[in-house]
Amino acid sequence: MKETVLEGISSVEAERRAYRKRQSFRSNLVSCISFAVFCVIIYIVLSNSEGWTRVRIAFFDPHYFVESIPLVLRGILTNLRILIFAVAGVAVFGTALAIIRTTLSPVMFPLRVVATLYTDLLRGTPMIIVLYIIGFGVPGLRIFGRIDASLLGTISIVVVYSAYASEVIRAGIEAIHPSQRMASRSLGFTHAQTMRLIVLPQAIRKVVPALMNEFVSMQKDVGLVSVLGAIDAVRSAQIIVAQSYNFTPYVVTGAMFVVLSFPMIRLTDWYTSRLKKREQMSGIV
Amino acid sequence: MSLLNLRNIKKKFGNNLVLKGIDLEIDLGDVIALIGSSGSGKSTLLRVINLLEQIDDGQIFLDGEDISDPRVNPDIVRSKMGIVFQNFNLFPHLSVLANVTLALRVVRKIPRRDAEQKGMQLLERIQLTEKANVYPDQLSGGQQQRVAIVRAIAHNPKLLLLDEITSALDPRLVGEVLDLVVELKSSDTTIIIATHEMSFAKHASDKVVFLKDGIVEEQGTPSQIFGNPTKAATVEFLR
Repeated sequence: MKETVLEGISSVEAERRAYRKRQSFRSNLVSCISFAVFCVIIYIVLSNSEGWTRVRIAFFDPHYFVESIPLVLRGILTNLRILIFAVAGVAVFGTALAIIRTTLSPVMFPLRVVATLYTDLLRGTPMIIVLYIIGFGVPGLRIFGRIDASLLGTISIVVVYSAYASEVIRAGIEAIHPSQRMASRSLGFTHAQTMRLIVLPQAIRKVVPALMNEFVSMQKDVGLVSVLGAIDAVRSAQIIVAQSYNFTPYVVTGAMFVVLSFPMIRLTDWYTSRLKKREQMSGIV
Repeated sequence: MSLLNLRNIKKKFGNNLVLKGIDLEIDLGDVIALIGSSGSGKSTLLRVINLLEQIDDGQIFLDGEDISDPRVNPDIVRSKMGIVFQNFNLFPHLSVLANVTLALRVVRKIPRRDAEQKGMQLLERIQLTEKANVYPDQLSGGQQQRVAIVRAIAHNPKLLLLDEITSALDPRLVGEVLDLVVELKSSDTTIIIATHEMSFAKHASDKVVFLKDGIVEEQGTPSQIFGNPTKAATVEFLR
C-alpha cells in the first residue's frame, strides 16, 4: 500500500498508522522467511531419501506426462457428464428428502421414517461400497438389460450425495425463524405454499456455501466410478499405467481434478464473502 | 353488531396458564386497544384469534361462526383477518412490492397486473412507491412496519390484529406507524391493537381492554379506563 498523507488526520492517528505499517511489514517478512525455510527442508528431505530417483522416474516422467494428457482429457469429459447429471439429481432428490423430513403432516409419517432411515444409512456407508452394490447388484437383477456403467455410477453418486445435501438443506429450513411461517400462514398461504414460496427460497440462500462445498467433494468422488469400468479419467490413467508400469498418468489425473475443482472453489469463496458483505458487519476480530 | 366473540378462552404453554378464561365482545368497525404489562397475555390472545395457537378451552366466534371448531379450515378463517407482528416479519427474499402482492396473487388468485396495481396503490398510501423494488433490509424500521401493515390489509380483511407494532421502533418512527393505524380506522376496518402507547389507546381507540395475568381485568371506553378506572390494578398499571 502506498503511503498517502491525508489532510485532517491527527498526529495520534498518523503515529498509529505508521506503527501498524511497521507491524504488517514485520509479519510479512516473518512469513516469507518461514516459507523459504519450509521449502528448503522439504527439498533436502526428498532429495536425500534413498528412493527419490526411482520415485521421480515412476511418477514424474515427462514422456508419459505428455502421452497421457489426451487420453486422460477424453476421460475427464465422462467425469464432467456424470457430474452434471448427478448435480441435477442431487438437487431434486436432496430437496425432496429435506422437505419430507421437515413436514409435520401425519400422512407423511411413513415417508418421514423412510427418509430418516435413508439419510442415516447412506451417510454411514462408504461411497465405494454403494458403487459396488448398485453397480454390480442392479444389473445382476436382470430387469433392465445391459446398463451403461457411467449411468450406474451417476445413480450411485446421486443416492449417496442426496443424503448429505438433504441434511444441509434441512438445517437451512430449520434455521428460518418460525415467525416467517407465522407471517406467511397469517396471510392465508397454505403449508405447502409457505414451504415453496417463503421458507425454501430463504433456506437455500442460507446454505448455498455449504452445498457448494458438497459439490466440490462430489466432483472428486465422481472419479470412483472407474471401479465399475466406466472409461473416465481415472480409468484411462489406469489403462496407461497397466501398459507402461509408470505412474505419471495418475499424477496427471490428480492435477486435472484439482484444476476442475478450482472454479467451483473460487465461486464458493466469492459467494460466501458476498453474503458476508450483505450482513453489513465487519470487524477486526 | 358484534364481529368477534370470545368465550372463556384458556391457553396453556406447558404448565403455564397464560390465558385464564377471556370473555370479550368486539363490535364491527371498532378500534380496540389491548393494554397490560408484558406477559399479561396480549400477544397470545391475538395469535389465538388468528388461529396461530390452539386454545385449550373456550370458543371463538367470528361473524357468528365458531372458528375454534377443528373442522373449520384455518386458512379460510385467516384470510378474513390480517395480523402484524412486533418484529415486522416481512419476507427478506422478496421486494417490497412482492411482499405486498404475493398473497393476493397466490392465495386470492388475482392476476399479476391487477395485484401489482393494487400493491402500488397501497404503497402510495404510505408514500413508499419509490421503494417498491427494494428489499426490506434497505428500509427503516418504521417503513418496514408500514409495509407489513399494508401487506396485512391488502386483501381487505374484516379484522386487523396489531401485535405491539411500535415496540421495536424509536419514538420518532412510532408516530408515522400509529398515524397509519388512525387512518385505517376511518376506513372502518375492525382493529385490535396490543400496545404500550397509552396516549394512542387514550385518543384513538373506541374501547380499551386491560389484561392482567391472563384475564380481562377491566374494559370500557377510553374516558372510563383512563379517567375513572374502577379496579385497583388498573389504577396501579396506569400510574
